[in-house]
Amino acid sequence: MILHPETKKALAPFVLPGLIAGPVLIVGLYLFLTSIPGGLARVIIFCGALIIFAALNAAYLVWLERKVCAHIQCRIGPKEVGPFGLIQPLVDGIKLMSKQLLLPKGIDPFLFKVAPLLVLVPAVMSFVTIPFGEHLAARNINIGLLMIFAFASVNVLGLLLGGWGSANKYAVISAARAVSQNVAYEIPMLIIVITMIMVTGTMNLNEIVMQQSGWFGNWYIFRFTASPLMPVAFLIFFVCSLAETNRAPFDLGEAESELIAGFHTEYSGMGFGVFFMGEYANIVIGCSLATILFLGGWQSPVGIASGWWWFLLKLYTLIFCVMWVRWTYPRTTLWGLLNLSWKILIPITLFNLLLTGAMLKIWPH
Amino acid sequence: MSSLVSVEGLAGVVFLVVVAVTLIGGVIATSSTRLPRAVSGLALCLIGIAGLYYFLNSPFLAAMEMLIYVGAVCVTIVFAIMLADPGADKKPGGMTAVGTAGSLGVGALFAWGLAALGTTTMWPAAAVKVNDGSVKAVGHALLTTYSFVFELISVVLLLAIIGALALARSGRDKA
Repeated sequence: MILHPETKKALAPFVLPGLIAGPVLIVGLYLFLTSIPGGLARVIIFCGALIIFAALNAAYLVWLERKVCAHIQCRIGPKEVGPFGLIQPLVDGIKLMSKQLLLPKGIDPFLFKVAPLLVLVPAVMSFVTIPFGEHLAARNINIGLLMIFAFASVNVLGLLLGGWGSANKYAVISAARAVSQNVAYEIPMLIIVITMIMVTGTMNLNEIVMQQSGWFGNWYIFRFTASPLMPVAFLIFFVCSLAETNRAPFDLGEAESELIAGFHTEYSGMGFGVFFMGEYANIVIGCSLATILFLGGWQSPVGIASGWWWFLLKLYTLIFCVMWVRWTYPRTTLWGLLNLSWKILIPITLFNLLLTGAMLKIWPH
Repeated sequence: MSSLVSVEGLAGVVFLVVVAVTLIGGVIATSSTRLPRAVSGLALCLIGIAGLYYFLNSPFLAAMEMLIYVGAVCVTIVFAIMLADPGADKKPGGMTAVGTAGSLGVGALFAWGLAALGTTTMWPAAAVKVNDGSVKAVGHALLTTYSFVFELISVVLLLAIIGALALARSGRDKA
């Protein structure tokens, strides 16, 4: 570990608490929650924990993104601040928060300020229904799956208002692109979700995970008796969640070579930071849904020692794949992107829907 | 009157907040001169209504309200405004005193009528939870009890699609 001695001295008191605090927080929360049944304390604890989870994820996924990107490009990435640059996200956060929030001329100041929050808040709200473990979900509601999609649809409104409120032609073009992309990819994604609801018979995320108990052959990605196209459905779901979160190779909304930075061109400081927190929270939500629907959620692949650790392992593996894809494939064109959805993904998902319906009729569970 | 710190008291506070959000959203939607702001007000109002549905123990309706009205209708309106760009600098003329008084009067009359209807109607008591939001219950309701309404809505959507096609085609011929 090569660290500047001054940096080492300044950061030494923070390293140990930081490394201990994360796991201790999760374990302590888990123990505490299993000991108290319901009530007001539970609501408050979950609200706090989910916000902290979203914030930590945003901070450390940026770090992971930079590391993954660097290693794919044969570089090292952040290494100066803390061991492996682990303190970098916190320092970046402080930097962003201390920056001035510039309000350009001619903007709609209210919408300009509200737009980043409209991206972040629905994503954090969606965490409420995600089952991290058997008893580790803030609210185990029957329509969890629907609720996540309901909140995800508000995200587009945030991008649109941000783009329009900036009074910048690049931002407006970017917002229009982001919406046409989101609308196009919502269709195959929702068709797959309908197929999954047909197979599972429930929109309760925890029940969906329960149905996949036992060895990994019971995961829905390998449930060939429901549809032989299950792995394809998983792949399409994953591609759609990439497109829904405006990630490369579908990041036409922020194509920096054409649109400077897209809808967040005019944002400075924490306005930009909140947009990014929202983006990473959405990635976490998308990968969580893929894990829950297809990869067995918190179920262990061998049938023993199931728990939240499996959920997190699968979640971060998928997130790593999202980053891997970003730094491997070049950006598509807008036409290629829309053609992929309307001409390839939607027909395949519709065929899968019909096939699953027929299979369910022939072999009812 | 239960204490504010209990779950029931907190639920009451949440109810008041939701009502306030709905009202404020409605006022913003009707009073702002900038269209995107009005749409944001509409979205806020609809989120408040979704909250009311959730408060009335209908999470399915609340989620659908968010998905369709906030996520689809409001986004479509903003998109249309962005494409049409109805001159942000053009200010619509203010209302005359007669117009203001008249609209207030009509509004008050309408509110009084609705309130009178609401208080005199014999509402069927919601003895049991209408719908637990499970796929089976929702499917059953859509395909039996509400099948006629469901079909009617699809006819409305069909009309909207045909109207959009007719507009788009005639526009193309002129150009």
